[in-house]
Amino acid sequence: MKISKSEVAHVAKLARLSFNEKEMELFTDQLNQILLYMEKLNEVDTTDVKPTYHALDLTNVFHEDKVSSSLDIKKTLANAPQADKDMFVVPKVIKA
Amino acid sequence: MLAGKAIHELHELLIKKEIRPQEIVEDIFKRIKQAEEKVKAYITLTEEMALKQAQEAENRLIKGENISFLTGIPLAIKDNICTNGIKTTCASKILADFIPPYDATVIKQLKAAGVVIIGKTNMDEFAMGSSTENSAIQITHNPWDLERVPGGSSGGSAAAVAADECIAALGSDTGGSIRQPASFCGVVGLKPTYGCVSRFGLVAFASSLDQIGPLTKDVTDAAILLTAIAGHDPNDSTSAPMKKEDYTQNLHKEVKKLRVGIVREAMIEGLASEVKTTVEHGIKVLSDLGAEVIEVSLPHLDYAVAVYYIIAPAEASSNLARYDGVKYGFRDKTAKNLFEMYCQTRSQGFGAEVKRRIMLGTYALSAGYYDAYYKKASQVRTLIKQDFLHAFEQCDFIITPVAPTPAFKIGEKVDDPLQMYLSDIFTIPINLAGLPAISLPAGLSKDGLPIGLQIIGPHFSEARLLQVAYQFEQALDFKEKPKLEED
Repeated sequence: MKISKSEVAHVAKLARLSFNEKEMELFTDQLNQILLYMEKLNEVDTTDVKPTYHALDLTNVFHEDKVSSSLDIKKTLANAPQADKDMFVVPKVIKA
Repeated sequence: MLAGKAIHELHELLIKKEIRPQEIVEDIFKRIKQAEEKVKAYITLTEEMALKQAQEAENRLIKGENISFLTGIPLAIKDNICTNGIKTTCASKILADFIPPYDATVIKQLKAAGVVIIGKTNMDEFAMGSSTENSAIQITHNPWDLERVPGGSSGGSAAAVAADECIAALGSDTGGSIRQPASFCGVVGLKPTYGCVSRFGLVAFASSLDQIGPLTKDVTDAAILLTAIAGHDPNDSTSAPMKKEDYTQNLHKEVKKLRVGIVREAMIEGLASEVKTTVEHGIKVLSDLGAEVIEVSLPHLDYAVAVYYIIAPAEASSNLARYDGVKYGFRDKTAKNLFEMYCQTRSQGFGAEVKRRIMLGTYALSAGYYDAYYKKASQVRTLIKQDFLHAFEQCDFIITPVAPTPAFKIGEKVDDPLQMYLSDIFTIPINLAGLPAISLPAGLSKDGLPIGLQIIGPHFSEARLLQVAYQFEQALDFKEKPKLEED
């Protein structure tokens, strides 16, 4: 076993996902199969190999610090599940 | 039938004023009415808007101003590319009602060229999949055999092109999502070099791998579409600082002294014999044209799937964190607090494959596992990239299959994610290395299913890649079409 059910539950929490018991079983099983396959990578000697995070060697792409127009607030809020005035509304965070 | 024609053929008719853009649109929608019930390629159709755009294109054609190859040409757009005012769902419940307030850069460019947008095509949810079965909206059927998948994730775009439900389409390719469906549906699919086409407005899946590209009826059309969408975009910081190029200009010029590489490690277990013989025949076609055939080695090919299915989910888990039910998209309204709202929104909004990849990616990036998975995979990625660079010292282009088999049956692999992942072996390494590659129809299987051949080129070699592809296309003369009416 590469990953236990309780580890899967921990990762789910990190990813803000929740699963029922049956899904949890299935996911644990499938993730184990996939992670077992990934073991293959240990056959490769990667001592002193630089990791590639990007296909091209572009770094520090800057643009001029100039103010330009952005989306207007009404348009920005148009897709919000809940909005009030100029704000997104979320369930209460602070405990009374 | 106008719907069956290529962009360059319609362009000729349009500039000679033998047809009007509206006639093409009407013919396309007539075709959609016949075929769509069986194929289910589209999530959204935009007929009214299309007729308006056709009118605008006609005005341009009458005035003789601003005419491009694409003026008045009806295109389909994959539903993960933002279109201002047109629903963009990524085939996900979480974005089911999302209407972008802006156009992706590629859409801006296409509109400037005068195209007509027919609609938004079906896909695997968030482009995660190889069969379009992961769509939360519907299953798309392969026009060549309705019981089979069209491939994925740009399955809707490929099926729409194959069934003449559009003239050409845009897709996106993160690990083969343009090329594999192109192969399964018998059309041309091009994945450009990473950074060649702007990703601004493409809903992000794996940012270091994603590229937008064309799915077309022939190579000339792929060159036309690429010319319209390629080039540097200041809105995409990963876009390459390159000049605009006309990929149609030298398309018909003969490529001399061509050296094509065949990969020693490509004879994998599970490679269908029909795919093998079709690709071998394709290589013979190129060698008859005068190409020298050289065997090259990609020693780390076998590790590509493992590398990809760590890196892509890792990037996805980060990119998809934005779907939290706050700024746009679906929200579970029953949750009592913010944490619950996040969890319930995401659990109800995402499908199984998307959740699987978010989980895999989150795990690979989490404390204690980062070095063992993400860093290790990124190091092997370097070796895979180096393999290609070494191979390109010996040859100009590399030929491989696109997929190990022709289109498989709907439902055949859906319960076995790992098996589905393994079928991406020939397309994935190209994204990891950021290379351009094209999938070309190369023949039919005994069951009458199309089989594609992949030509891979060095970074930014699109102009020559398309030239070689064009010569191959002319020499092979593949003219088969799916017979949808008899199904």
